[in-house]
Amino acid sequence: MQLTLWTYEGPPHIGAMRVVASMEGVHLVLHAPQGDTYADLLFTMIERRGTRPPVSYTTFQARELGSDTAELVKNSVGDAFERFKPRVLLVGEACTAELIQDQPGALARGMGLPVPVLSLELPAYARKECWGANETFYQLVRGLLKPRVPEAGRHPEPRPADRRPRANLLGPTALGFRCRDDVEEVTRLLDSVGVDVHVVAPLGATPEDLLRIPEADFNVCLYPETADQTCLWLERMFGQPTVKTVPIGIGATRDFLDEVGRIAGIDVTDAKSPISSRMPWYSRSVDSTYLTGKRVFIFADATHAVAAARMCAEELGFTVVGIGTYAREFARDVRECAKRYGVEPLITDDYLEVEKRAAELQPELMLGTQMERHIAKRLGIPCAVISAPVHVQDFPARYAPQMGFEGANVIFDTWVHPLMMGLEEHLITMFREDFEFHDAATPSHLGSRVGTNRPAGSELQESAESADSPVQADASTIIWAAEAEQELKKIPFFVRGKARRNTERFAAEQGIQTITVETLYDAKAHFGR
Amino acid sequence: MSGQQTPDRGSTVGDMLPTVTRERGQRQVFCGLAGIVWLHRKIQDAFFLVIGSRTCAHLLQSAAGVMIFAEPRFATAILHERDLAGLADCNAELDRVVAEVLERRPDIGTLFLVGSCPSEVIKLDLAKAAERLSAVYSGRVRILDYSASGLETTFTQGEDACLKALVPELPELPGGERSLLVLGTLPDVVEDQFARLFTELGIGPVHFLPPRRTTEFPPLGSGTKVLLAQPFLGETARACEARGASLLSAPYPFGIEGTLGWLRAATEAWGVAEEVLDVVTAPAIARAQRGLAHHRESLEGKRISFLPDSQLEIPLARFLQRECGMDLVEVGTPFLDRRLMTEELHLLPEGVRLTEGQDLERQLDRLREDRPDLTVCGLGLANPLESEGLRTKWSIELVFTPVHGFDQAADLAELFARPLRRAALLRV
Repeated sequence: MQLTLWTYEGPPHIGAMRVVASMEGVHLVLHAPQGDTYADLLFTMIERRGTRPPVSYTTFQARELGSDTAELVKNSVGDAFERFKPRVLLVGEACTAELIQDQPGALARGMGLPVPVLSLELPAYARKECWGANETFYQLVRGLLKPRVPEAGRHPEPRPADRRPRANLLGPTALGFRCRDDVEEVTRLLDSVGVDVHVVAPLGATPEDLLRIPEADFNVCLYPETADQTCLWLERMFGQPTVKTVPIGIGATRDFLDEVGRIAGIDVTDAKSPISSRMPWYSRSVDSTYLTGKRVFIFADATHAVAAARMCAEELGFTVVGIGTYAREFARDVRECAKRYGVEPLITDDYLEVEKRAAELQPELMLGTQMERHIAKRLGIPCAVISAPVHVQDFPARYAPQMGFEGANVIFDTWVHPLMMGLEEHLITMFREDFEFHDAATPSHLGSRVGTNRPAGSELQESAESADSPVQADASTIIWAAEAEQELKKIPFFVRGKARRNTERFAAEQGIQTITVETLYDAKAHFGR
Repeated sequence: MSGQQTPDRGSTVGDMLPTVTRERGQRQVFCGLAGIVWLHRKIQDAFFLVIGSRTCAHLLQSAAGVMIFAEPRFATAILHERDLAGLADCNAELDRVVAEVLERRPDIGTLFLVGSCPSEVIKLDLAKAAERLSAVYSGRVRILDYSASGLETTFTQGEDACLKALVPELPELPGGERSLLVLGTLPDVVEDQFARLFTELGIGPVHFLPPRRTTEFPPLGSGTKVLLAQPFLGETARACEARGASLLSAPYPFGIEGTLGWLRAATEAWGVAEEVLDVVTAPAIARAQRGLAHHRESLEGKRISFLPDSQLEIPLARFLQRECGMDLVEVGTPFLDRRLMTEELHLLPEGVRLTEGQDLERQLDRLREDRPDLTVCGLGLANPLESEGLRTKWSIELVFTPVHGFDQAADLAELFARPLRRAALLRV
């Protein structure tokens, strides 16, 4: 039993739903009680989808347990087939049905339906959502393509010289992070080097599209969390190589192009610095100097976390002070990455642990999921969202990819905006005793309502202040001398909480009971970079 | 009452109750766990620990709509493979998790162990666990249990199960004394309004269940008159009756008519003169009429369908038809407790299409054929129906928003008027 307040991932059948909801012509019958129908709202409300996910639930109740739940499965399968006319039918069970062992997959297969019926094993008490998506996509592709696997030792035909290389984009799903726009951006990127996208799956694919997968020259594993198993199988069975670099960030996008070039046997040099790629120059621009060494804590799915770390370190000049993931299946990638940046990896699906680590690290920027956005808000730390689990805000109306050169532009804006701007930071430091600059002052353009009715939207200010109260715990025995308290007030409000904490930590480590002005500056020197 | 009702509408013909069509098939509705989302806000010293699967945790998180900023007073003890292997270990694990929760939250006065579909199926005895743990934490934390499993409870029935679990904890009302007990979670602001009205009417003492804190349990006994503020509390009402209380039959306090009828049930039980009721309620009724008039313009003559969901459908349909002039196309309800709905059913218009239970796809077929101006449904269906050109109102807002009583009558009407007004405004 695991005590859980918030979860990063749903159960594995939610992953299966993400795959079928991405596709057309596929239907899933889930053996599950009525409460499990909540899952529809993830798609219709969070992603604002205008259609229900193609899922029927058996919604069995207590009175049916043991007697006719099997009959219920067959009726549901029959009804779903009649009504929705899917070209492939998937059958799975959610957590409760797993316990009653009706074998819905076998029941459905025994009905002699005129379409492929695939049975999903989704161990609800051992696995989670991303695994479920990965497994479902794999079972679908394997289920449809198995009869077409060439005999061992037969190599795929070489590409005719007059045909452009073809790539499949595998892994984008409903409820993924910016999948819709990433697919568009990567399609453009590949087109810029003369590669055609053949099949995108699961997002927008039909069962017939899945059958066309082997016609491409290679696969792009765009989201390893959902597609690595499928790519591996296609590589083994159809000899299709996999492009493994995920093109998030300038460096990764160039590496991605190099990998495509190698596999497709084409020259990609000209595509590596398009004119629309503004991010590298923005980062070199003098105003970005203030970004240097900003301390960043990253927690996300493995792919986005690892990509974000590289961008932070190599493309924005930040310092990665912490990195972690909730995706245990991909923990190895994050561990390796953590080693590269000399930090301790955090592999957990307990958000309280993440919050604890963030409070310890006191980063200047957090990059995470919607959960980290809440943690950061609580701790008064600027934050940008880089990965699922998603929220309605993560489906912007505008084009906002994460991948490719445009993705890097978008990321530059998204990560830099929450931070205090360079000149602004200097001004506040220089004039921190200015009567209009103190933290309780109303912005001068809002008139003279000083001290009362703080305008709405001064969220940063509010949260920074709540973080400014003395920390309890170990530091409780430490006292602040009056002058030190005064001096602390001269520090701009948005870093004051951190200064207070650092000083108290320093005092605790040094065994200092009373914090003086001296201690404050000693601590500053100690923690200063 | 308000003089707004038209004679040709809502005429009650003796005992001619509407006929009910029963449906069975796929349901699209939350399980009882969803009730935790509002119950944990109401009972401020309670913690709800669901013993269930990752699905339960995910449902709670998703039903809450937003992740709540503060650390919530609910959590899930997620069952893993090894918990399923042996119940003995499962109980030991539960004890460990409870200790962890209570260590984190020393401010908790009552801990609810909440059963789920998986815990029911593996027959984890939470009543026994609550007993065992009560002995361990006796004097410090009260530990109770109830089941909100989707195998047995539908959406708001979770509140019924929770409140029923509180009934044995209520102290005995001394013989010869009487009191009014209002059942059902009400927002504090509404509870306070009702408390003021009851005081002005000379009715008292009045208690509310659930209380804001579990240190303030109301007494219960043969002198207790029970008045239901929510129409889904049949089990709790029966448990109160088993302890000698009597249930007042009344419509539910939605709209002017419902609120007045609800208060009248209490005044009659207390022997308060009808004139007193008229005088006390007159100002609030006048305010409500002014407020309603505005929304009646948007709602009058508009056709509405209710999908079975919150169990509030029948009283709300009655309010919208009789006080806002809407036409009822279909009123679906997850289940129909005839005893609790007696007063309401009499107020529904003759020939209304009333359905109990659900067969989702067939219901949607009817809806597409009917094409009502407004459909009340769950969150999963709202956007898909909107994209088919139907206007919708999410039902979950009806349990999260203050909608009871005179002073909220206009707010209640506005919840239905807003989607229609918005649709009229948009040119995109």
